[in-house]
Amino acid sequence: MLSSLRTGAQGLWRISSRALQTSSTLQHDSLFVHRDTPEDNPSIPFEFSAPNQKRVEALLAIYPEGHKRGAMIPLLDLAQRQNGGWLPISAMHKVAEILNLPRMRVYEVATFYTMFIRKPIGKYHVQVCTTTPCWLRGSDAVLNAIKEATGCEVGGNSPCGKFSLSEVECLGACVNAPMVQVNDDYYEDLTVEDTKEIIEKLKKDEKPKAGPRSGRFASEPLGGLTSLTEEPKGPGFGVQDALKA
Amino acid sequence: MLRQPLTRALALGSPTRLAPVTTRRYAEQAQAQPEKVEVFIDDQPVHVLPGTTVLQAAALAGVEIPRFCYHERLAVAGNCRMCLVEVEKSPKPVAACAMPVMKGMRVKTNSDLTKKAREGVMEFLLVNHPLDCPICDQGGECDLQDQSMAFGSDRSRFTDIHFSGKRAVEDKDVGPLIKTIMTRCIHCTRCIRFASEVAGVDDFGTTGRGTDMQVGTYVEKMLLSELSGNIIDLCPVGALTSKPYSFAARPWETRRIDSVDVLDPLGSNIVVATRTNEVLRILPRTNEEINEEWLSDKSRFACDGLKRQRLVTPMLKDSRGNLTPVEWEDAVVAAASALRDCPPDKILAVGGEMADAESLVALKDLVNRLGGENVCTEQYFPMEGAGTDLRSSYLLNTKIANVEDADFVLLIGTNVRFEAPLLNARIRKAFIHKETDVAFIGPKVDLTYEYMHVGDSASLVKDLASGTSGHEVMKRLQSAKRPVVILGADQLKTKEGAALLSYTQELASKLQENLQEKDWKVLNVLQRTTGQVAALDIGYKPGVGPVLASGPKLVYLLGADAGVVTREALPKDVTVIYQGHHGDQGASIADIVLPGAAYTEKRATYVNAEGRAQQTLPAVTPPGKAREDWKIIRALSEVCGEGLPYDNLDEVRSRLAEISPALVAYGNVQGNNYFAQALALAKSVQRPVSGKLDVQLKQLEDFFMTDPISRASPTMAKCVQAVLKQKQSPY
Repeated sequence: MLSSLRTGAQGLWRISSRALQTSSTLQHDSLFVHRDTPEDNPSIPFEFSAPNQKRVEALLAIYPEGHKRGAMIPLLDLAQRQNGGWLPISAMHKVAEILNLPRMRVYEVATFYTMFIRKPIGKYHVQVCTTTPCWLRGSDAVLNAIKEATGCEVGGNSPCGKFSLSEVECLGACVNAPMVQVNDDYYEDLTVEDTKEIIEKLKKDEKPKAGPRSGRFASEPLGGLTSLTEEPKGPGFGVQDALKA
Repeated sequence: MLRQPLTRALALGSPTRLAPVTTRRYAEQAQAQPEKVEVFIDDQPVHVLPGTTVLQAAALAGVEIPRFCYHERLAVAGNCRMCLVEVEKSPKPVAACAMPVMKGMRVKTNSDLTKKAREGVMEFLLVNHPLDCPICDQGGECDLQDQSMAFGSDRSRFTDIHFSGKRAVEDKDVGPLIKTIMTRCIHCTRCIRFASEVAGVDDFGTTGRGTDMQVGTYVEKMLLSELSGNIIDLCPVGALTSKPYSFAARPWETRRIDSVDVLDPLGSNIVVATRTNEVLRILPRTNEEINEEWLSDKSRFACDGLKRQRLVTPMLKDSRGNLTPVEWEDAVVAAASALRDCPPDKILAVGGEMADAESLVALKDLVNRLGGENVCTEQYFPMEGAGTDLRSSYLLNTKIANVEDADFVLLIGTNVRFEAPLLNARIRKAFIHKETDVAFIGPKVDLTYEYMHVGDSASLVKDLASGTSGHEVMKRLQSAKRPVVILGADQLKTKEGAALLSYTQELASKLQENLQEKDWKVLNVLQRTTGQVAALDIGYKPGVGPVLASGPKLVYLLGADAGVVTREALPKDVTVIYQGHHGDQGASIADIVLPGAAYTEKRATYVNAEGRAQQTLPAVTPPGKAREDWKIIRALSEVCGEGLPYDNLDEVRSRLAEISPALVAYGNVQGNNYFAQALALAKSVQRPVSGKLDVQLKQLEDFFMTDPISRASPTMAKCVQAVLKQKQSPY
């Protein structure tokens, strides 16, 4: 009886949903096709700057002749760094030109890796880890604090254009959960206050102190060491008498 | 420089990557074959070469393993997982397409584990595949449909009753030939591999990852290739279908007739699919010696030109100079009286680019019986020296399939990519898989592979022939074990043509002398049209120039639409009879029009550039009052009072056999010789050459409309438009 009621209710809901929904929801926050925009189109030239040009040569020198395409990811990363954290299509074209590859082969790599960002992004890319350990330690509150402080939505840019916010999977700092990554720096052991302070400093273009905020140096226990507390034993410790010199 | 990624190079080592050995005489004769290993497919012992994959071994044992991504002419990808089989002592099922056999391997292709694996793969594929078979053009010839019937589960566990939607992917625009419905794509990557390996246009790829991965071009871009239609055949599902053929018919409604293509000189084998006396589409038919299983876009898509601009009724010019429809009787009587009244030496008969051997022989016999000798082809070929007396001077002697065994190819003044796309695909195959190098004399063009550009001056050929050239090509040619020299027939049209041919012959014979394998042929002349070889075999004189200059009184154009005979070049009182199937150049200058049949409408013999005779079969009847060409000429001869001695096709063909047995040796190529004699005769015409070699078809947009059928085709017109538009795009 209960089940038939449920089916009936679902049936009603389904009718309306069918009428409204015509295609599946986007399952990813970025598009895997290119659309020309005023900020990102092939007529905007891209050149590596003089210091980066030297880096390009150094990177290419790592790879043997015939395998230069191995330098693709480092070159794309270099281009992304030069371009303020995102990778325009003309930069992909430039990399393809340097490596003498079809452009499609570069597009394939640039779309495969999530760390290549193919749309304009703020100066500070705030990536909040929301995987289980961080989530258990309060990453939701951290995320909300950042949303409030910056005005960003997840996957979007702030109104001021300075920040971009992403929700990411584990960044490998679980012992220091919860954590956020801003550009290349990790900020760990965060509270809501810490998060707010970081964002405020970033707004003033100051560099907040990276690393754990709990007073720890790294990932050691919070309340002091629980093992390896005694003096280290000297050489020959535990060796049976007969084997001692 | 590596020509392919290392992973592919490894996969390509397998012995069956190239065409089957039976068709290729020169395949690895010298190398000792390694010892064969024994493997067991369903307990059935098979002996195969090491390096063979499980899937190929199973095929030898007569067991077909289902597959989506594997294709014998493309690199192994191993990503669809449909070919999973159980191998004894292996903990997991193994992908048969990518697994090399090992000694004593026991493969079970029908075990419970194998069946379960296939069922699982099938289920995953179908989770993200739309259930739109009723509106899908692939329906009825869909691998996914067939294999889900054979290997899939008999019931569905897809319980997305809330209709959150299946995965959906946006469609791509890749030009006017290919329709994409990317939601149907199962990511087999066959199109990507074809584009990159065979077509040489690296525009396809996969973007994104995981469930969001999609096959496409990332940017909006047309697939700029002359072989793009083949990805329609390759696609195992309905993601890539033919745009001109969309929603036209189901495969089971069509009649399929084996035929031969005439739009390029290679004579690719085709299947003509028809319904209700209408050609719906043309598909390639496998012939390892010519087109493998590919077909060029022009041959495939120009078939809609067969329905347009057709001559459907005989026509006569009336008093006001307009062509008006008349009955056959009137037209034939008018043509016959014109023929009879004309002094025989003032008759000029011109065989066109798509004329078949039967009508060519009938026309020549008719003119000869009337006492005339002026039967010519449109394409010129130098008659100095040996001229067309020795067949080896105007054929592709190496043969198409053997080109892939060559180790050095020299192209002289021919853009093979557009003049004979599938020959170019062979050269590209040799370039990629066999480290063959290519050199080119002519203007810089894109051949889809790297080549040494020697220059564009004709004197380079002279230097090479005399051995005085200091160019690297000279050394490479001399050290090559199987060199191939291909000369474009277009270069012979000029005044220097005879000398150029002579130098090329000299170069080829010098190279031939030093070869280990005495039966390897070096010299090749690539004709531009299908009709030319048959016409020269029958005894047509190449080129109309001298006869035109002498002022003919009657011109009989047999499908001659290349525009070499124009009203301006003819005297005022001349009568022009045009017999052919399209209202093109020829019909526009004609006084009498006799409607003939196109290649899909008659049983006719065509000889390809190698000298291989093949026949087309009638797929549809000629439109309106059009008739088979040789029958028109036969009827005309009767009215002229010079009745030709053949009344049916067999008798025409025995006449052909009298002239040359090669013309009726269907499917075979006779070996050509007398290279030395041809050279000895040609030596006398050697003189300094100074011209530049140029090719007619330089860009892709030049390729699509080259003959009456493709000029009448709306699809080909759209292709030209689309290519020109794509050239404006920054991508």
